[in-house]
Amino acid sequence: MELDAKIPAGPLETKWSQYKVQAKLVNPANRKKLPVIVVGTGLAGASAAASLAEQGYPVTSFCFQDSARRAHSVAAQGGVNAAKNYQNDGDSVYRMFYDTLKGGDFRAREANVYRLAECSLNLIDQAVAQGVPFAREYGGYLSNRSFGGVQVSRTFYARGQTGQQLLLGAYQALMRQVSLGKVTLHSRHEMLDLVVAEGKAKGIIARNLDSGLIERFAAEAVVIATGGFGKIYYLSTLAMGCNGSAIWRAHKRGALMACPSWTQIHPTSLPQSGDYQSKLTLMSESLRNDGRIWVPKLPDEQRAANDIPEQERDYYLERRYPSFGNLAPRDISSRAAKERIDAGFGVGAQRNAVYLDFSKAIKEQGKEKIKEKYGNLFSMYKKITADDAYAAPMKISPAAHFSMGGLWVDYELMTTIPGLFAIGEANFADHGANRLGANSLLQACVDGYFILPYTLANYLSGELKKEKITTAHPEFDRIEREVITQLAGLCEIKGTKTADYFHKKLGKLLYDKCGLSRSAEGLTEAIEGIKVLRAAFYKDLIVPGTADEINSELEKAGRVADYLEIAELMCHDALSREESCGAHFREEYQTADGEALRDDENYCYVSAWEWKGKDSLPLLHPEHLKFEFIKLSVRSYS
Amino acid sequence: MKIHLKIWRQKDAKTKGKLVDYMLDQVDHHMSFLEMMDTLNEQLILKGEMPVEFDHDCREGICGTCGMMINGQAHGPVPGLTACQLHMREFEDGATIYVEPFRATAFPIKRDLKVDRSAFDRIIQAGGFITANTGQPVEANTLLITHEIAESAFDSAACIGCGACVATCKNSSAALFTSAKISHLAKIPQGEKEAAKRVLKMVSRMDEEGFGHCSNTEACEVECPQGISVLNIARMNWEYTKANLLKD
Ligand SMILES: Cc1cc2nc3c(=O)[nH]c(=O)nc-3n(C[C@H](O)[C@H](O)[C@H](O)COP(=O)(O)OP(=O)(O)OC[C@H]3O[C@@H](n4cnc5c(N)ncnc54)[C@H](O)[C@@H]3O)c2cc1C
Ligand code: SF4
Ligand code: FES
Repeated sequence: MELDAKIPAGPLETKWSQYKVQAKLVNPANRKKLPVIVVGTGLAGASAAASLAEQGYPVTSFCFQDSARRAHSVAAQGGVNAAKNYQNDGDSVYRMFYDTLKGGDFRAREANVYRLAECSLNLIDQAVAQGVPFAREYGGYLSNRSFGGVQVSRTFYARGQTGQQLLLGAYQALMRQVSLGKVTLHSRHEMLDLVVAEGKAKGIIARNLDSGLIERFAAEAVVIATGGFGKIYYLSTLAMGCNGSAIWRAHKRGALMACPSWTQIHPTSLPQSGDYQSKLTLMSESLRNDGRIWVPKLPDEQRAANDIPEQERDYYLERRYPSFGNLAPRDISSRAAKERIDAGFGVGAQRNAVYLDFSKAIKEQGKEKIKEKYGNLFSMYKKITADDAYAAPMKISPAAHFSMGGLWVDYELMTTIPGLFAIGEANFADHGANRLGANSLLQACVDGYFILPYTLANYLSGELKKEKITTAHPEFDRIEREVITQLAGLCEIKGTKTADYFHKKLGKLLYDKCGLSRSAEGLTEAIEGIKVLRAAFYKDLIVPGTADEINSELEKAGRVADYLEIAELMCHDALSREESCGAHFREEYQTADGEALRDDENYCYVSAWEWKGKDSLPLLHPEHLKFEFIKLSVRSYS
Repeated sequence: MKIHLKIWRQKDAKTKGKLVDYMLDQVDHHMSFLEMMDTLNEQLILKGEMPVEFDHDCREGICGTCGMMINGQAHGPVPGLTACQLHMREFEDGATIYVEPFRATAFPIKRDLKVDRSAFDRIIQAGGFITANTGQPVEANTLLITHEIAESAFDSAACIGCGACVATCKNSSAALFTSAKISHLAKIPQGEKEAAKRVLKMVSRMDEEGFGHCSNTEACEVECPQGISVLNIARMNWEYTKANLLKD
């Protein structure tokens, strides 16, 4: 299989505008004959569903929460990037493009990344029009701050609740379309499978989580916007319900999965405190603008942070990366923290944290100023840990956060199944091997508001005259039966261990062997370990109750079943990439001073994997990345 | 620590519910309230019983999904917190804790602690938005909004739609929720244009959904995890009166 990314020819700056000029359109009168399914109501899904409905396509949208407004995008804190250059500090579309590509360790497509930066300008305008209350200067102009991996201030923010406010904007646009009858919204529905009929995505099978009823939905195209699967590590910064099921079921129906092993481990999460713990809470990266990160110079230091004198502190980020310091990108900062923790310099009860210290900033700017900038984060910290971070440094630790990998899509955001699109965190595109902060909200919004409406129309224009497939098609019968059998199967095992038990075991295994650092040996062990765990799952799982009622344990079990397969693919992916890049750090491939050693000669590709059945190895289809406009360089932040 | 729980169990909207007793004897005081509930559920499942159904997702106080009455208070005893942010260190060893669903006619019970809050979505559908299609907006900085106004709009926009205000109100009024959205959009220039239409539609939808009237007891503000101020309700009333007076 030859992967065609369908990148338009021509200069970087005009690729997208050229595409838009040439893309086929659908006559407004015909749009109502082309129904579309959008799974997910996060920033990607809600913006796509609303924008498509505005154009006149009948949209059916789905989320598993009780309301579209609760999609995980709501939790994003720090901000959203846009190359507006409002601060007159030298920002530009090109600079943002370059920062993003470099931040991703040159493992993303030039054309996609350029488009992301280009569309970022419109996104801010769009959000402001919807009423998103971004931070403003006293004179009324929009305000900005800066995030890891860049030297300009291009991040727009709404206190520490940027995701919430952007999502509410998109949700409100979606609600408007619901009230106009253009969108039919099914909340508390979980997509359990994709229906591919006559070679094209034509619908989904979903479970009504309130009744247990299995329902069929047909459409002329299916858009998956189901977010990331970082919850596979169990302990992560993600919401409890985040899952990989929709993308995984689509993968098993023929869509390739790209770079599944690239998971961002975020440097500023709260450390784990006990076994009962269900999640790790993120502290926004924006804290690194004013917070300084350090550990004691002495291993196994017992003194309280404030009792350790200045000269006995190791500000290791400032030491190793002088020009970016505390704003070094996430992969670098996380790894540097792990390095210090593993070497015995960790702090806190479990010795698994580093300090994030505001004393200097408080001294220079005053407590009030810091309170104004980060007050809600400080109070969140206090709620969770009962500690006062104005008085003593915060303790932070790396945690699984964001999946750079996902369904493989071409420039049009279409997967390898015609008619199946993937947007937002559910696809692999744009971030490369590491995502710069504040680029994900951007990608989710831009995919949904500005890209998909063009590319989907281009596809749908070809479907108009074709015969419509309805839910009476035999493929719907067949796949629905498979879904029902799987659910019944999970309920019938009647073993002795809960879904959470397996999820926690899997998460630990992955974090240790396919987390911040990986080795051939560890990954090979992990693959074996996952197989054993999976076998145990199907023998010893317990799910109470039945499939035809509200049953959150059954929901969890289905998601864990998929995680147990995704995990194995992650390890294969990590094993096959014999280099270090971004979030993927292979211990065998590092420089003398412990930095990632990339191999552009052999691995300058996107790894796209094909499902070959449950007893076969996945098949790799590399999409070689061509860099026409920039020169690959060593990613240095020192 | 030891905790004695009295939890509302109810199979579905039609079946009668009751409080059921549970004992947990190894609760870590660092646990969040929901982690304590997870621990209970794990034990119930292993005993072959149905776990307690409750809604939750982000577990960071931002999605608004979790919600339950804990000892008679929405989201429990600590002001300004959602249930997911409440920690067991707030309770004493040996405490008895009552856990019940949010109750309101407009929030029918689904099972145990899960309730249906979709009435909130329908209030937003009635007009809780700015009519702005994708692709039409003007350059963002052509719309100047002072720091103070942006901050004040934000204070209203911060509502997470959890429903604690309704659950705690003796009239089951949705005034705080609805007024927060009305204020957010009325305060900023983009939202002003539709303010009159918006308030009339949202208020009448609120009534149709079966929420009660606001009688200014202000219990909602006390229980709101986001500190949404009752001044929003005053603003809603003002916008409503204005809209009615100027209606042609
Ligand atoms: C704590 C935290 C802070 C963050 N902060 C930032 C930040 O400051 N800046 C930034 O740029 N990014 C940030 N991110 C990342 C960013 O929030 C996400 O990558 C982005 O919001 C993803 O949006 P999405 O629309 O793709 O998916 P999501 O918002 O995750 O939405 C997924 C949707 O899919 C639905 N869904 C999932 N599976 C199914 C299924 N099987 N059936 C039906 N529906 C399904 C869900 O119900 C939901 O509606 C943060 C992430 C976290 C975890
Ligand atoms: S006003 Fe407060 S209590 Fe009511 S829904 Fe909003 S956040 Fe919850
Ligand atoms: S679970 Fe999201 S607010 Fe409590």
